[in-house]
Amino acid sequence: MNSSIILSVTTFVYGLAAFLYIVSWVFKKEAPGKLALWTAVLGLAGNTAGIILRWIESYRLGIGHAPLSNLYESLVFFSWTILLIYLFVERKYKNRTIGAFVTPLAFFAMAYASLHNNSIQPLIPALKSNWLIAHVITCFIGYAAFAIAFGTSCMYLIKKRDTEGKSPLLKKFPTANILDELTYQMIMLGFLFLSIGIITGAVWANSAWGRYWGWDPKETWSLITWFVYATLLHAKMMRGWHGKRIAYLSIAGFAAVLFTYFGVNLLPGLHSYGAMGQ
Amino acid sequence: MTNKTNSSDAVNRVWKFFTSVKLTVVILLSLAVTSIIGTVIPQSGTASEYFHKYGELRYKILSFLDSIFDIFDMYHSWWFQILLLLLTINIIICSIDRMKATWKIIFVKIPRFNVSRFRRLEDKKEFSDKRTPDELKQIYKPVLSRSYGYSRIEQTDSGFCLFAEKWRWTRLGVYIVHLSIILMLLGSLIGSIFGFEGFVNIPEGESAKKINLRNTTEMHLLDFEIKCEDFSLSFYDSGAPKEYRSSLVIIENGKPVLKKDIIVNDPLRYKGINIFQSSYGTLAPSEVTLSFTIRETGMEYKKKAVINKPVDMPEGLGTFLIKDYSSSAGFKGHNIGEAFMGILTKKTGNPVNIMLPLRFPSFDKMRKGDVIIAVASHNHRYYTGLQVTKDPGVWVVYSGFILMIIGCFVTFFMSHQRLCIEVTGNGNHSMVMVAGTSNKNKIGMQRKIEILSEKLEKLIQSNEEKE
Ligand code: HEM
Repeated sequence: MNSSIILSVTTFVYGLAAFLYIVSWVFKKEAPGKLALWTAVLGLAGNTAGIILRWIESYRLGIGHAPLSNLYESLVFFSWTILLIYLFVERKYKNRTIGAFVTPLAFFAMAYASLHNNSIQPLIPALKSNWLIAHVITCFIGYAAFAIAFGTSCMYLIKKRDTEGKSPLLKKFPTANILDELTYQMIMLGFLFLSIGIITGAVWANSAWGRYWGWDPKETWSLITWFVYATLLHAKMMRGWHGKRIAYLSIAGFAAVLFTYFGVNLLPGLHSYGAMGQ
Repeated sequence: MTNKTNSSDAVNRVWKFFTSVKLTVVILLSLAVTSIIGTVIPQSGTASEYFHKYGELRYKILSFLDSIFDIFDMYHSWWFQILLLLLTINIIICSIDRMKATWKIIFVKIPRFNVSRFRRLEDKKEFSDKRTPDELKQIYKPVLSRSYGYSRIEQTDSGFCLFAEKWRWTRLGVYIVHLSIILMLLGSLIGSIFGFEGFVNIPEGESAKKINLRNTTEMHLLDFEIKCEDFSLSFYDSGAPKEYRSSLVIIENGKPVLKKDIIVNDPLRYKGINIFQSSYGTLAPSEVTLSFTIRETGMEYKKKAVINKPVDMPEGLGTFLIKDYSSSAGFKGHNIGEAFMGILTKKTGNPVNIMLPLRFPSFDKMRKGDVIIAVASHNHRYYTGLQVTKDPGVWVVYSGFILMIIGCFVTFFMSHQRLCIEVTGNGNHSMVMVAGTSNKNKIGMQRKIEILSEKLEKLIQSNEEKE
C-alpha cells in the first residue's frame, strides 16, 4: 500500500459520501444520510492515513518533510480539514443537508489534486523552514472554514428565495437564522486562521528574504481576501447588512480565496516569483 | 462665541464622520479592490520592461497614469497611503469613541443585574424541585462559583437570586485587534523611515562594504565589511537545488568579529543589520586548461590559459584567445549554460569565433576544423548574492502580529457571559429559573443554559437517590 493509492481511493470515497448526502437531502431519506456520515468518516480516516503514510514515505526516500510542500499535498490537506470541520458541524448542529453542500468541495479538491504531479519531491532551500509548516496548516484551516461558510451561505440564499417555505427540498434545511449564525461562526474561525496564516507567512518571508511583506501577487491576494472578510465582520454591525448581503460577501470572500490559491499563477509578471536563488 | 461653537461643531462633525463603521466598510472594500491593480500590473519594473510588455501605445497610456497615480508602484503611492491613513484615523477615533462605553461596563465594582431582564429572555429554562430554596442555595452556590469568576446571592421575598458572570474583560478583545493594526502600520512606517533594504554580490574571497539599495540607484555604506570566504551549493540527485551556503565573516576596523555560515532561512544578524542568502552566480574562472586535439592524428595537447591572453597552439597551428565568459550563453536560441567565447587565429585565413560550452565538451567537433578545442578543466568561482536589510520597526510589527492573534481569539471565541438563577419557594416546592446572556455567540449561550439547567436538575436527583 502506498499513500498515492490510499489517497486516490479516498477521492472516490469522498465522491460517494457527497453523492449519498445529496441523495439523502433530495429524497429526504434517513438511511442514505447515515450511510453518508459513515462514508465521510471512512474517507477522513483514509485521508489521514494517506497524509501520515506520505510523510513516512518521504523519510524513507531520505528527503523527509511534512507533506505540505506543493499544490498536491496542500489540496489533500485542504480536503482533510474541510471534512474534519464539517463532521464537527454535523455533530453540533445535527443536520445533514449541510453535507450535501460541503462534502462535494472536499471531493473536488481531491479530484483536482489528482490531476497534479503527486511524486514526493525534495524541498528546495527556501521551503526548508518550520514556519512553512505553520503557514500552510493555518492557511488551509482558514480556507476550509471559509469553504464551509461558502456552502452555508449558498444554502442561506437558496432558503431565502423560497419565501413561502413551500419547497419540499428545503424542509430539512436548518433555519435561515441558524445558517446565518453558522456562516458567521465559520467566518470567525476562518478569519482567525487566515490572520495567523498571513502572519506566519510574513515571519517566514522575513527569515528567508529579510522582508516580512513584499506586495507580491500571492501575498497581496491573501490580503485582499482578508480585507473582504474584515469588511464582512464590520458590515455585520451595520443595520441592514444582515442575511443576504452577508451571504454575498461570504461568497465573494471565498472567490478571493480560490483566486489567491489558483488564480495568482495566471497573473502576468515581469519576474517569476517564488523562484528563489536562481 | 459663535466662532467657537462653530469650530467645535466642525470638530464634532469630523469626529462623527470617523466613528462610523460605514466608513470602515468603504475603506476596507476600497483597499481590497484597489489592491488588485498592483497584482495585474507588475510593480516596480523598469521602463524598458514595461515597454516590452505593453507595446508603445499602451505603455504611453500606462505611464501617463503612472505619473499621476503611481500605478507602477501603487502600494507606495500617495492615494494608497491616504487610504491607510484614513483607516488608521478611523480605527483610532472609532475605538476611542466606543471605549468610553465599554470601559464603564468593564470597570464597575459591583456588577448590576436586572432580574426582570433575565425573566423576559425567551430561552430561559424552568423546572420545579421538591426542596426549599435554602437547601438549593447550598447545592447551587459551589457549582456556579467553580465555573464563573464572579457570583453573588440576593435574597428575595420568597427565595433567592443567584447571579454569576465571567469574562467581562473579553469586551476589550476588539480593541486589542484594532491596536494590533495600528502597531503593524506604525512598525512598517518606522521600518521605511529608519531602515533600508539592499543587496550586494560578493565574489568568493572578497569583501564588500557598500550595498545597493533596492529600487534606487543609491548605495549605502555599512560601518563594517562583509567578507565571503566561500560559497557552495549542493544538489539533489534529481538536479534540484538542495542548499546554498555562504561562509561569511564580519570585519570591523580590520578585525574579524563574527563568523557564520548562512543558508536560506538562516540569516546572519549583526548590529541590527540582517544578511540573508538570496542568490548566487558564477564568475569567469580565473584559470582554464584547454585541450587541443589534432583531428588527423588524435594527438591531444593541454595548455593553461587566462582570459584575454593569446596562447600558442601546438604543432604551430596558430594562436587561440579566450575573449569572454558567459554564465548563460545562447546557441540557436537555447540557453546552453556556462561557456567561453574565443577567437582562433591561424597562420593563414580569417580568424574564427569559437564557442566552448562547459556542459558539452565535444561541441567544437561540429566545426569540423583540423583542431578540436575544448575546456579540459577550470576552477569554479561563485559570487554570493546577499540581501542586506535593516528594519528597526520589525519588533513593533511582530508585537502587532501577536496582539492580532490574541485579540481575534478573544473577540471571536470568548464572550462576556451573565447568568441568573432565580429560585422561588412555593409551599414545600421550589420553582427554578435558569437564564443567561452573552454579548457574543447567543446560540452557544443558549446551549450552555440548556446543559446547565439539565445538570442542576440532575444534581437534585442524585442527591435524592443518596437519601
Ligand atoms: C483592517 C482593519 C480592521 C480589522 C482587521 C478589524 C477587526 C475587527 C474585528 C475582528 C472585530 C470583531 C468583529 C466581531 O465582533 O465579529 C471588529 C469589531 C469592530 N471594529 Fe474593527 N477592524 C478593523 C478596522 C476597523 C476600523 C477602521 C474601525 C473604525 C470604525 C473599526 C470599528 C470596529 C467596531 C466599532 C467594532 C465593533 C466593536 C464592538 O463590538 O463594540 N474596525 N473589528
